[in-house]
Amino acid sequence: MTPKTAEADRTAPVRDADFTTISGRELKNVYTPDDLAPEDLGENLGLPGDYPYTRGIHPTMYRGKLWTMRQFAGMGTAEQTNQRFKFLLERGQTGLSTAFDNPTLYGWDSDHPLSAGEVGKTGVAVDSLADMERLFDSIPLDKVSTSMTINAPAAWIFTMFLANAENRGVPLEKLRGTIQNDILKEYIAQKEWIFPPEPHIRLICDMFAFCADHVPQWNTISISGYHIREAGATAAQELAFTLMDGFTYVDAAIEAGMNVDDFAPRLSFFFNSHMDFFEEIAKLRAARRIWARHMKEEYGAQNPRSWLCRFHVQTAGCSLTAQQPEVNIVRTAIEALAGVLGGCQSLHTNSMDEALALPSDKAVEIALRTQQVIAFESGVANVADPLGGSYLIERLTRELEEEAESYFAKIREMGGMVKAIERGFPQQEITRSAYEYQCALSEKRKTMVGVNEFVHENEVLEIPILEIGESVERDQIAAVKKLKETRDNVAVKDSLDALEKAARTKENLIPHLLRCSHAYATEGEITETLIKVFGEYREQAFF
Amino acid sequence: MATDTKIKVVVGKPGLDGHDRGAKVVARALVEAGMEVVYLGLRQTPESIVAAAIEEDADVIGLSVLSGAHMTHFPKVMELMKEKGIGDRLLTGGGIIPTKDQETLTAMGVGKLFGPGDDPSLIVNYIQDWVKEHRREN
Repeated sequence: MTPKTAEADRTAPVRDADFTTISGRELKNVYTPDDLAPEDLGENLGLPGDYPYTRGIHPTMYRGKLWTMRQFAGMGTAEQTNQRFKFLLERGQTGLSTAFDNPTLYGWDSDHPLSAGEVGKTGVAVDSLADMERLFDSIPLDKVSTSMTINAPAAWIFTMFLANAENRGVPLEKLRGTIQNDILKEYIAQKEWIFPPEPHIRLICDMFAFCADHVPQWNTISISGYHIREAGATAAQELAFTLMDGFTYVDAAIEAGMNVDDFAPRLSFFFNSHMDFFEEIAKLRAARRIWARHMKEEYGAQNPRSWLCRFHVQTAGCSLTAQQPEVNIVRTAIEALAGVLGGCQSLHTNSMDEALALPSDKAVEIALRTQQVIAFESGVANVADPLGGSYLIERLTRELEEEAESYFAKIREMGGMVKAIERGFPQQEITRSAYEYQCALSEKRKTMVGVNEFVHENEVLEIPILEIGESVERDQIAAVKKLKETRDNVAVKDSLDALEKAARTKENLIPHLLRCSHAYATEGEITETLIKVFGEYREQAFF
Repeated sequence: MATDTKIKVVVGKPGLDGHDRGAKVVARALVEAGMEVVYLGLRQTPESIVAAAIEEDADVIGLSVLSGAHMTHFPKVMELMKEKGIGDRLLTGGGIIPTKDQETLTAMGVGKLFGPGDDPSLIVNYIQDWVKEHRREN
């Protein structure tokens, strides 16, 4: 028998370092069965594919199907982004993900005064169906699943996508993909809104209802913690605010008269995977368990698919450094591994150059190869939830669930998420966490390699940087002006008038938006039409 | 403006960029360092930023641009500052701004620009030093 370690050794001095997680969570030196409650290995756990899905949504997990490798891509013109899509598909990517430029994300056309300098810079510029046609040119829409990261004007960018599919003869029921469509996290973190919350939420419910009838394989929303985390939230805040946003949409759709099982199976989620390996894995497992419990027990959903928290993961952009950028490849690999061990359905790995610019072809290829190494070389995809039962992981999963529940109670007390946002509660929580983390870096309690420790003096940048030429903006403005001259402007006006009229009633707006899209009404024209009815949102600035 | 008054900084995000984590962290760090910060928030135009700087009689304008539109916004704000008679104030800022563009902006008279990983104390020190050297006497 091995002799037991003396108690004195267990309390031996340790390094003078901070042993908390990146979110500031206290950790013990070692975890044992004493750290678990009986339910942690019982009703909290189950098997992969079984309620409450702590261990994953499928019984066979990645033996059955690997996660979808989906790199977020978009820059310059529709043609440029179409080429990047094809580049990624040729190199083994299995789904598409579209990044739009800022004007598109805010609902403005490229020729709007506020768009100056921003056209095509951080994503692709889409003004109308004409751009959508070129963006997805010769990509088989019924075979490749497509994600579109857009929120405030999501409904009318989506109907441009649908109009393109219809024109190409692809049946809508064959389309697979996701539209982000999550406005609440815009008010909380990403800040791309148009209207006040109520009309935005109405449009989201319209999408739920329309897709249930016509685009049944589409994920109608991707309820996102990613941006909340990037804005500075802790792991628990990301988890809590995201799921609370989700409950808010469920409440709204039920209030709009829908049955929970008619829309809940198409809700999807999007989480960040940050640097703190075990805490991130626990966060993803906790998300599944919390969602399943609330959907089944609180909302009474009967269809097991309504209980599933299916999610996309992206590695943390805010963990990347402009200094020694090659080191970002390593950070991203660790974060991606946490996403996989946390049971993600799809994954984006950031490129090493993203603290400097949009990724170059070379950088994005390495990022994709990182996923392929995890999937095909590391062996981690052979076993479902390989960390299940770990004292540390199960304990952290429970702690995160408890912290999220305590945030839910606090937000409910405020009258729900919309009210909490209006009084700035989640925004202030996040701003505080961001500042605390910055202080920890400044005081070197936390380390970023190459930034506050192990700094390379007089570093010279040696990686290629992608540049978006100024001609993109000129060309795009010329194209949208020309479109407005050459299309059937009577049809455009009729469709916009009908949209405005419907917006003043409770009618579902998606068929009207589809009609506008077919008529080549521009994104900005649709936005302006709806602003007449819904008004604009203004944020109270604070720091 | 007397030399013993607080340094006043107007911080804003021009254009459509919603990334306000850095701007807020820096704003807070400037306040902790004893400066007065007027945080304008998102979706500002060069006109609204310069108007605020005049109204507040600010010593410094700090822009945060992570959207790639820095070569549009910084020159425009600089031009307006000169036109409106506050060309003697400091225009500084930060974001995702390639070195090559930083050099071009510096040549136009824009102050030092900061990026990811730069500690807020660098910005605090830079502003304090600049003001010490340039502060206008009433």
